[in-house]
Amino acid sequence: MRLSVLMGAVSQGLLWSILAIGVYITYKILDYADLTTEGSYPLGAAVAAQMILSGFNPFIATFVSMIAGMVAGFVTGFLNTKLKIPSLLSGILSMTGLYSINLRIMGKANLPLLKQDTVISIVSDMGIETSTAVLIVGIVFVLIVIAILWWFFGTEKGFAIRATGDNADMIRALGVNTNSMVILGLVISNGLIALSGGIMAQYNGYADVGMGTGTIVIGLASVIIGEVLFGHSSILRSLFAVVLGSILYRIIIAFVLSKGLVPTDLKLLSSVLLAVCLSLPLIKEKLYDFVEKIHGNKSKEGEVNA
Amino acid sequence: MLKLQNVRKVFGKGTANEKVALDKVSFTMNPGDFITVIGGNGAGKSTTLNAIAGLFFVDDGYIEIDGNDVTKLPEYKRAKYIGRVFQDPRMGTATNMSIEENLAMALRRGKARGLHKGITREEKSKFREYLEMLDLGLENRMSTKTGLLSGGQRQAITLLMATMTKPQLLLLDEHTAALDPKTAKKVLELTEKIIAEDKLTALMVTHNMRDAIKLGNRLMMMHKGNVLIDVCEEDKKYLQVADLLKMFEKASGGQNVDNDRMLLS
Repeated sequence: MRLSVLMGAVSQGLLWSILAIGVYITYKILDYADLTTEGSYPLGAAVAAQMILSGFNPFIATFVSMIAGMVAGFVTGFLNTKLKIPSLLSGILSMTGLYSINLRIMGKANLPLLKQDTVISIVSDMGIETSTAVLIVGIVFVLIVIAILWWFFGTEKGFAIRATGDNADMIRALGVNTNSMVILGLVISNGLIALSGGIMAQYNGYADVGMGTGTIVIGLASVIIGEVLFGHSSILRSLFAVVLGSILYRIIIAFVLSKGLVPTDLKLLSSVLLAVCLSLPLIKEKLYDFVEKIHGNKSKEGEVNA
Repeated sequence: MLKLQNVRKVFGKGTANEKVALDKVSFTMNPGDFITVIGGNGAGKSTTLNAIAGLFFVDDGYIEIDGNDVTKLPEYKRAKYIGRVFQDPRMGTATNMSIEENLAMALRRGKARGLHKGITREEKSKFREYLEMLDLGLENRMSTKTGLLSGGQRQAITLLMATMTKPQLLLLDEHTAALDPKTAKKVLELTEKIIAEDKLTALMVTHNMRDAIKLGNRLMMMHKGNVLIDVCEEDKKYLQVADLLKMFEKASGGQNVDNDRMLLS
């Protein structure tokens, strides 16, 4: 793999990792499989692209795209906690509704950003090569996101959200309105996902109504690859692990593309990759049993205490 | 301190599985009362505790804690009055969070949670003292996730979490039933010690008649969603297991006695 390809994969991984962090918040911290992702990601792209085309500063457009995602997250949370619609279905409802909303915002299915200022072009205008500018934008956004989340999950409210995903009965018994915490978690998560979409639209040079398809799988794969390979002993460690997972995922994609796979095969590849990652605990267990059988019956105490 | 008046709860109303969990439960607790509650399976012991804690709203009746009508108050708003320890040791703590983080959350029971630090340095040293009191060596493992602890250790921590803010009411729902006899004894001793030292008002459900007689100043026996017997302080001093069984047989009209007797002893 050429160095420029590798660097492109790393940059893309960084931009995608903001989405992956959003997925991490719902899937890992809140224990909530949120499909809003597939609608809030293109929502962020649509808002950012349309605002830039309307002449807004790209940074303001990017910021507003995040706010739009937060609203989407709020809607899903409201459907789930107040109207008691199951979590998976709440996400599907938001995602489906957002498809129409995104088309309304864009006015057509694809919105190119030809010769427009973007957060990336603003950085490269300072005399930096475009590929380096992407890397800088990625690193800066990711570090800001991680710093804020690390601080937030160390606050009283952050503790309450973590406990809501961990043991809702317990934290309710300690006086926390768990419904509000679910909504807040979804708001933060979808804000980040839309932010990722907003930046990605500027990186790609267009917003497309179909760009959300498969994003939840990409996000989950990044989260799981990251946590399995780089650990999850603390929130901070998990956040960095998810970013590294996202980068690794992009490198894998770049690798298989260089081996002759066509981009349209990627969704299948993503699904297979995620299926393998998700079944890792079971595979590990079976492997353990198998090894145990061969080596005679060693005591299982170590596993129980672990 | 606590007042229940004609509290009624029917589960699965209008279905084939309709069950009157609480029929007409009424009793009053004075500050400092420590009531042990016994009764067979399905008597309504846990349901009474859950009704007080607000896990569901009752169909009929009135619940008052410390002079406040809480009948229509959601669970999370009642939390400021109530400390709880559950039967299942997994239920009392957030297992992916550390001991000190769990304690910090318990310290903020019923308070508004903002963007202040979830745990401060002063709190940590306070927690260390509390944990030393438990005498389980946990003061040196404060950043260990509670999921890695044994059931007994978790119950001890849950007990600490439930009592550290000195709640108006402590609800213990068979909190030693899932532990081995030795650990159960230790947790029970700790319970007794904390309740006595902090002069807490407590309601403890148990399956063990001897514990029910030994602990507390009052004893309540429930049957089919009603309070059958309420033994006051003077009478409880001389109470024996045999007396309890006789009282139960008489009060319940001899129904299902053999069956329930086994569950009670």
